[in-house]
Amino acid sequence: MDKQKMLDLYYQMVLIRRMEESAAELYQAGKIGGFLHLYIGQEAVSTGLIAARQPQDRVITAYRDHGVAVNCGIPVNQVVAELLGKATGISKGRGGSMHMADVTKNFWGGHAIVGAHLPLASGLALGDKYAGRDGVTICMFGEGATNIGFFHEAVNLSKVWNLPVLWVCENNHYGMGTAVERASAVSEIQQKADGYGIPHSRADGMDLMAVYEASREAIGKVRAGNGPYLLEIMTYRFRGHSMGDPERYRKQEEVKKWEEQDPIGIFRNYLTAHKTASARALDEIEARAAEDSKKAVEFAEASPEPALDTLLDDIYAD
Amino acid sequence: MSRLTMREAISQAMWEEMERDPNVFIMGEEVGVWGGSYAVTKGFYDHFGGERVRDTPIAESAIVGAAIGSAMTGLRPIAELMTINFAFATMDHIVNEAAKLHYMFGGQFVLPMVIRAVTGGGRQLAATHSQTPDAIFAHFPGLKVVAPGTPEDAKGMMKAAIRSNDPVLFLEHATLYQVRGEVPDGDYVVPIGKSKVQRPGQHVTVVTYSKGLEISLKAADELAKEGIEAEVVDLRSLRPLDMDPVIESFKKTNRAVVVEEGWKSFGVGSEISSRIYEQAFDYVDAPVKRVAQKEVPLPYNRALEQSALPQVADVIAAVKEVL
Repeated sequence: MDKQKMLDLYYQMVLIRRMEESAAELYQAGKIGGFLHLYIGQEAVSTGLIAARQPQDRVITAYRDHGVAVNCGIPVNQVVAELLGKATGISKGRGGSMHMADVTKNFWGGHAIVGAHLPLASGLALGDKYAGRDGVTICMFGEGATNIGFFHEAVNLSKVWNLPVLWVCENNHYGMGTAVERASAVSEIQQKADGYGIPHSRADGMDLMAVYEASREAIGKVRAGNGPYLLEIMTYRFRGHSMGDPERYRKQEEVKKWEEQDPIGIFRNYLTAHKTASARALDEIEARAAEDSKKAVEFAEASPEPALDTLLDDIYAD
Repeated sequence: MSRLTMREAISQAMWEEMERDPNVFIMGEEVGVWGGSYAVTKGFYDHFGGERVRDTPIAESAIVGAAIGSAMTGLRPIAELMTINFAFATMDHIVNEAAKLHYMFGGQFVLPMVIRAVTGGGRQLAATHSQTPDAIFAHFPGLKVVAPGTPEDAKGMMKAAIRSNDPVLFLEHATLYQVRGEVPDGDYVVPIGKSKVQRPGQHVTVVTYSKGLEISLKAADELAKEGIEAEVVDLRSLRPLDMDPVIESFKKTNRAVVVEEGWKSFGVGSEISSRIYEQAFDYVDAPVKRVAQKEVPLPYNRALEQSALPQVADVIAAVKEVL
């Protein structure tokens, strides 16, 4: 990976971190309603994964999607504006936190029903295969989603029809408040792929370069026409499932231990160890990311609300 | 004009649209090699091939979900649910995804898809294979729900559904497939969201659709022998729902009967009668009468089953009650 791209990825990770921290404050101030699922701790997963895609590759994910939105190229202004429900939000304020999407950036959402987007991913891949295109559909989901029926149906179909889907399981160990060992008969999620005859591997989600390398390899295999692949990425969310989570299901010592493996710190160390950038250059990137996040909040707060008489718009396309 | 069965009409519509547009394809259980469990896609697999007529595993969420995803890429899938009863296994994808994705993402996602499903009872398939839950699906904004009752409407509305850029649930009644009717030759479209007076009359308004149309027309013929002329208004679409011909008729007759095969409580008749009272209160000479299935899981025994389903005699009795 060239130096410029690496620094850009570092910027993206820090931007996501700052944006998510701001989102938490906005939520506590009552400016964001509903549910807010923060990506803090998981930044290396979406950043490394999406960095490995080609423009024609489609990304679809669940509701912890703000970071994915940024990585797919949606301006952070429009992500924060959507969190505030403004007309300038990427979904015009209709979707909120869980429903970011930008078709022009090949980002297909942002989905709130656990596992429901997996059959959609099979469909996206079917669309590309039917039309003879070489796009790969990158479908992200948590380990909790591997226990719902939609997972089984979607993954099975992807294999039976040899669809170009990369199934990416972000295993952050907790499905809401339930540890993977309590929810899943097989807690090493990649093993489930054996039940469908699908090749699989596991990667360290706290290490951006490891995620990038594993993703590049997996995407390549899918693009070569070998059918679906399952990539399990081990990660951890430093905050609760969503805002207001009392976190009774895990010990603070465990959280602190994982925080020592902050993916931003790990990648920063990588960049300095490989002399890709000086400490000062990295500080400047961090400052720029913090500034851009701050400006996004200002943009969002200054943006107009959607007009009330637009309530009934876009129910139908026709 | 040609005389076609409902089955032939629906089949022809799909065939012609598949010839016309390479993005149209079919997917579902037994649609291909078997030829469709109700023989609607017979011959399609041999002609169009397995890429365009796709047999799926028994996996309704994968069927509807993949239809949604492929529609989002610009294809025009026709997903078949072998019966509407199996829709419950994929309720999430029908009402949470298909109905809402266009709206939730500010209009970015377009879902030009059709879900075909077989409705109705009367063939001793027992309770879980015999339902007419049309009203449930009509409840959801974002979905279009149609249920033609004549071959002419079936062909035209299937074409409209396939060409539509919205998700359309196309309901085909199991015991209407062999009904014959006049169908125009050549290409034509019947718009979604338009009711139609199928039989004019001045004494009573009978509002119905799908199987209810067949029994209402038979009832109207019987009533005519006694000098009672029933105006039969066929809804054809449940969502969007077109009340204009219904209200126009009601203002003339002042009396209405709604006929449906679903259950009475929370059914289509509830909606129609509510709207009649709201939109034509001053014209009401009698309470709107609803003819519907008796509120019971439909039994297997032939006589029991028929006693639960609305019959021609029930429509005749209901008309006489409102007169």
